[in-house]
Amino acid sequence: MNPIPPTRDIHAYLAELEDIPGTRVYTAARARRGYHINQFAMSLMKADNRDRFRADEAAYLNEWPISDEAKAALRARDYNRLLDLGGNVYFLSKLFSTDGLSFAEAVSTMTGMTFPEYRDMMLAGGRSPIGNRSIKGGY
Amino acid sequence: MARLTAGVGSSHVPLLGVAVDQGKTRDDYFGPIFAGYDWTRDWEAREKPDVIILVYNDHASAFDMTIVPTFAIGCAERYKPADEGWGPRAVPDVIGHADLAWHIAQSLILDDFDMTIINQMDVDHGLTVPLSMMFGTPDAWPVKVVPLAVNVVTYPVPSGNRCWALGEAIARAVDSFPEDLNVQIWGTGGMSHQLQGPRAGLLNREWDNAFLDQLIGETDAARWIPHIEYLRETGSEGIEMVMWLIMRGALGRKTRLLHRHYHIPCSNTAIGHIVLEPAA
Repeated sequence: MNPIPPTRDIHAYLAELEDIPGTRVYTAARARRGYHINQFAMSLMKADNRDRFRADEAAYLNEWPISDEAKAALRARDYNRLLDLGGNVYFLSKLFSTDGLSFAEAVSTMTGMTFPEYRDMMLAGGRSPIGNRSIKGGY
Repeated sequence: MARLTAGVGSSHVPLLGVAVDQGKTRDDYFGPIFAGYDWTRDWEAREKPDVIILVYNDHASAFDMTIVPTFAIGCAERYKPADEGWGPRAVPDVIGHADLAWHIAQSLILDDFDMTIINQMDVDHGLTVPLSMMFGTPDAWPVKVVPLAVNVVTYPVPSGNRCWALGEAIARAVDSFPEDLNVQIWGTGGMSHQLQGPRAGLLNREWDNAFLDQLIGETDAARWIPHIEYLRETGSEGIEMVMWLIMRGALGRKTRLLHRHYHIPCSNTAIGHIVLEPAA
């Protein structure tokens, strides 16, 4: 066998993760930045918290040490912005369920497509990797 | 002695659990997915495994960002289905095999795998959906389960090589357990899918099937696939497939294919399923 040596250069490894079109890989840097956004989202697993959040979103968000920018993105359900701010989709999915959205419908809001358009794309075999693999390489 | 008799790979899409729980498994959308598991349900009913080592990832249910273990093994007596935000699935509690789990945990640590030990947690769709796919809707699961949770969310996640080697070490641990048990190992998650950002919805039938090919026979090519290839080719959540390599690594030098199934789509995801046994 001819094994590829394991990645030893953490800088090269992390740089590559930023080379994927339309994707924010959940790196340590994003995990640090988004820590309180994600912990806020996790708090919505409790029914009491969901009720309090629904009753007054602004007041509930003010209990968390997150930036005004992140609070605005949460209130607008701007998931692409939240990914930029360190949100992760598995945590943010607690907000999807609080809103009563299916995972696929919530995901579709990040794609610039309507949900029916997104659903049709999936039924037709999904988004092709061609042209979507690398920003630098364009392949 | 305990025997590791087979390996199963399967997607664990939460919508499959919804289909089971709402009795929709034979409708036009889900029928072709579940038909690919009919063979396996019959086979499992004949095989009657005692224990499943079930490799999966938690989806922000038992673990949040407070603690992020790379590899964690469940050593509890039982596990409740998690409330993932819409109430727990109405499936039976998952019964552990604490003796085997603790034996594996101790063996792995002595074998240089620094495991996190879990004595209390709820298990989410990552673990209960594969049980539903393989066993349907019984009043009690017909097997005991050793949950093995892998971090595939926060980067860096473990390498394919490390996952494969963990599988090899699990096989050694099972081999040295004195009780006569029929043990299977399941690797779950995948296949291609991306749940985030403008590239969401990416699927890759060709790559997924090449990956399935590489689990069969003598090749160990899959253990050397770097993270960046999963990300580029299979979407940001396709990285879950490293968990299948724990299963493959545990089956030893060579495998024989018993069953294989692939279907696009289920929600955002490509469904893949494979059943393998160790070959001499």
